[in-house]
Amino acid sequence: MPTNLAENPGYPSGSLTRSPSSPRDLFNTAMTVVAFICGVLVLLPLLAVLVYVIIRGVGSLSLQALVELPPNAIVDSGGGFGNAIVGTIMMVAIASFISIPFGVLAAIYLTEFGSEKVARWVRFATNILNGVPSIIAGVFAYVVIVLTLSDLGLGSRSAIAGGVALSIVMLPIIVRTTDESLQLVSQDLRQAAVGLGATNFQTVIQVVLPAALPAIITGATLSIARAAGETAPLLFTAGFSGFWPDFDSLLKNPTPSIAVLVYTYATSNSSNWQSLAWAASLILVLMVLITSIIARWVTHQKN
Amino acid sequence: MTAQQNHHSRDNEPILRTENLNIYYGSFLAVQNVWLNIPQNLVTAFIGPSGCGKSTLLRCYNRLNDLIESFRAEGQVYFYGKNLYAPDIDPVEVRRRIGMVFQRPNPFPKSIRENITFGAKINGYKGDMDELVERSLKQAALWDEVKDKLNQSGLSLSGGQQQRLCIARAIAVQPEVILMDEPCSALDPISTLRVEDLIQELKEKYTIIIVTHNMQQATRVADMTAFFNVKVGEKGGRSGYLVEFEATEVIFNNPQQQDTKNYISGRFG
Repeated sequence: MPTNLAENPGYPSGSLTRSPSSPRDLFNTAMTVVAFICGVLVLLPLLAVLVYVIIRGVGSLSLQALVELPPNAIVDSGGGFGNAIVGTIMMVAIASFISIPFGVLAAIYLTEFGSEKVARWVRFATNILNGVPSIIAGVFAYVVIVLTLSDLGLGSRSAIAGGVALSIVMLPIIVRTTDESLQLVSQDLRQAAVGLGATNFQTVIQVVLPAALPAIITGATLSIARAAGETAPLLFTAGFSGFWPDFDSLLKNPTPSIAVLVYTYATSNSSNWQSLAWAASLILVLMVLITSIIARWVTHQKN
Repeated sequence: MTAQQNHHSRDNEPILRTENLNIYYGSFLAVQNVWLNIPQNLVTAFIGPSGCGKSTLLRCYNRLNDLIESFRAEGQVYFYGKNLYAPDIDPVEVRRRIGMVFQRPNPFPKSIRENITFGAKINGYKGDMDELVERSLKQAALWDEVKDKLNQSGLSLSGGQQQRLCIARAIAVQPEVILMDEPCSALDPISTLRVEDLIQELKEKYTIIIVTHNMQQATRVADMTAFFNVKVGEKGGRSGYLVEFEATEVIFNNPQQQDTKNYISGRFG
């Protein structure tokens, strides 16, 4: 047995003691520090945005702001954006009703039934759809829904048009997360079910889907959070209004949303509107944050 | 086939018969030219080196290989004289009548009770579910250990208990044949012995085919043993073939083929 490690020909002397000043140790330390600094820098924008929105938003936030209608531009205090909160919830709900069933079923087809070739193309298309700027989704829904309905005299900018635009944003996220979570379900479980005489559909509905459910719920919730914060798709399709959304808003009337309210009021001259925009921003951030936390929590509970 | 040492009256009746079976993955010939009669109500073991296609052949008996897109079988597999690969055969029904236990225990992430009732429900079982759960778990020698926690997850059990749960789940749909693909390879020695005892009890009612890498296990549980080997073809493809099929005693004490002799004495594989 060789006792002296230094005798390996071709390698530098293999001393076992630390040498912090050697070039490779110095490089190692330097790179660790650089990576750490970059890690902190990445957190900075998130923290800065959160802190700034909280500081500016908390001042104008009150119960009144949550339940009242927006004031006239010349009124210099009071009023709220309750209608925008209701509008956002309404349109996100419509978008969810469209995109979640479609997205989940499409993903089931991709992983469980489709041929590998078809699945590859559909996944590719979904990835492209995910990369399409959300304003394009808005223009598309404007042309297809709003213009068509107004030509027919059936509607105009409305909650349904906004919901459809948002569903285009949500769809690829849901397909991708569901697709990935279904692929993670162990092949052993599928074989176990099939081995007992289950049909493909029974296997998917009763075994595979329940096993993937927490991840699917997470994906759906994250897409809801994303849709709630989208402005561009709603600018053309839902527009904005200072009134409460009602049944007519579904097809016929412009429907307010928090995101568009922030866009409209933040750039206005009225200082009251501007402070309402900050409060609305805070509410939007909180809604998105809470939905994301619920999603994580549900996944955690299930595991 | 030589005279078999067994105590059953129906033993010579083959329940599964393969004739000139060739199994392909794409153009790759995985198993070639298998002629094999599986006797009813006995335990038949498949042994052989890795890659000899014993698991592949096993999965042909319940058409589980259908899940693999490139899979193709040529030749016949008869179950009570009916060719399982005939176009009018429903593979779903085949799998109910020929059950399977896998290498790794794979209970559903559901309660112990639901693991048992799953197969019954999807197959339209009309009888008493509680009675079915109790009977299946008793047959799998698991009832006493789980009777007080039927609503707990099947995944909360130990590995050995999970595998017996999987056996109970397979029994619950009342198959005629149970295929076991190395059912003890993920289990500790004590659990292995329990499962082996269980196999001995189950052969009263079922025909069992077990793939095993453990030759002692084959001598302990199997009445009949089939030895498979691999040969390298001209293009370098490795395909499995059946070398010898005899009563287990003959295979291990007096094999007729040199390859079998080499394998059981540990000279390769």
